[in-house]
Amino acid sequence: MAMKFRTFKRHFREGSKNIWRNSWMTIASIGAVTTTLILVGAFLALMLNLNHVADNLEEDVHIKALVELTADENEMETVEEEIKSIPEVSSVAFSSKEEELKSLVESMGDEGGAWELYQQDNPLNNAYIVKTADPQDTMDIASEIENIDNIEKVNYGQDVVQNLFKFNEYARNIGLVLIFALVFTAIFLISNTIKITIMARSKEIGIMKLVGATNWFIRWPFFVEGLLLGVLGSILPIIILLTGYYYLANSTNALDQFSFVTLLDFNPFAWQLAAIILFIGAAIGVWGSVMSVRKFLKV
Amino acid sequence: MIEMQGIYKTYPNGVTALNGIDVYIDQGEFVYVVGPSGAGKSTFIKLIFQEVKPSKGDIKVNNWDLTTLKQKEVPFLRRDIGVVYQDFKLLPKFTVYENIAFALEVLEETPRNIRKRVMEVLDQVGLKNKARFIPDELSGGEQQRVSIARAIANHPKLLIADEPTGNLDPETSWEIMKVLEEINATGTTILMATHSKEIVNTIKKRVIAIEDGLIVRDEHRGEYGYEV
Repeated sequence: MAMKFRTFKRHFREGSKNIWRNSWMTIASIGAVTTTLILVGAFLALMLNLNHVADNLEEDVHIKALVELTADENEMETVEEEIKSIPEVSSVAFSSKEEELKSLVESMGDEGGAWELYQQDNPLNNAYIVKTADPQDTMDIASEIENIDNIEKVNYGQDVVQNLFKFNEYARNIGLVLIFALVFTAIFLISNTIKITIMARSKEIGIMKLVGATNWFIRWPFFVEGLLLGVLGSILPIIILLTGYYYLANSTNALDQFSFVTLLDFNPFAWQLAAIILFIGAAIGVWGSVMSVRKFLKV
Repeated sequence: MIEMQGIYKTYPNGVTALNGIDVYIDQGEFVYVVGPSGAGKSTFIKLIFQEVKPSKGDIKVNNWDLTTLKQKEVPFLRRDIGVVYQDFKLLPKFTVYENIAFALEVLEETPRNIRKRVMEVLDQVGLKNKARFIPDELSGGEQQRVSIARAIANHPKLLIADEPTGNLDPETSWEIMKVLEEINATGTTILMATHSKEIVNTIKKRVIAIEDGLIVRDEHRGEYGYEV
């Protein structure tokens, strides 16, 4: 379907003119695009950030394998080798009992001073801090490590971790379903609004056919019009999301007591979100427009 | 120019509009199609630019064989035929200029040629000063002139007019007829369905009368033949 360049220009010109020619329909369509995209965008930002927090929490999960107090250096080396040989393990870090005490003292804050006395006669174990490639494997790997000789005990916040993983899984699945439902609703709502506005022009389409226009000749301006409606409709949502997210990210990330509750960085996340919204708007606009014209072309 | 053989048309709802039509119309002729409402005039006319397809029979228009014409080729057939309707069928949001230009844009003409030709035909129908108006701002007679200008813009060899004066007062009707006669004088075949006894009986041309889906009369320099 070769098209002359001047015809391409003509379609673009006509598509843009239609935005003005049918000003009320344009306002209705852009309104529909704008409201739904604000919802989609806000929800996407929320879900992706929740996912990010969940990732952070899981990232913090590690296994602390306590070595028997009686183990000598050779036995400790064997233990390390054995842990490293488990395929799901991504990192093993040694933490001597001195380091363990130090971090314990630090975590106690002011009351930690009392513990410093133990520096002379340290009752703590040497430990290995183990992380798994997929945090979901933590439970299985923990019990595997527990069976290794010269391991006294493993700690990974058993109950908390199990509940955390379960909760995260539910949250992710529900979020995914909600996002799909919302995008689907957006597609439906926007294309329906566009369909109604084009229905009002079914007679015009019929006239064009009677004057000898091919289907594609009629379709292209509608394609351009839909694209413009989608793009124009996503401007406001993008502005709102960018400014909203900018302030939110700045104020939340300033509270660093909760190190795991951090929002995704404004750059690049907000820009990626803006691009997604622009793309959704343009795609739905074009799709709604071209699909609506289809059934009026049979003249 | 137009050749029909054994044309039958029954609509999906069971109404039979045409019952065996044979007709031959030569290049350059001016033909009235008359007959009572519902006799099949409209169907007869719509067959020619394939707004309607026959249930049976062969049609040739210009060099097109409509029996074997593919759906994709229909727009190209329509470009060879100018059509003027009783209700004008102008694009309401387009200016007079844009309405006429559309028929030429379809042909992918250069903008320069389009501009030139649109002004030419506007001049021909006497509406040069109304180019920037939209149809609603014009009188019925002016709107019909626009639709004629659009119909003749790409020099069709055949102009079909479906009751072009049906919505116009007598004086305006005569002006429209004058324009059509001028177009006919340049060699364009004109086929015009009409209910106007006065026009048919005054401007004498070939008359084809259709009743109950059949051609009951076909005379050169004929009369309208019905009481209004």
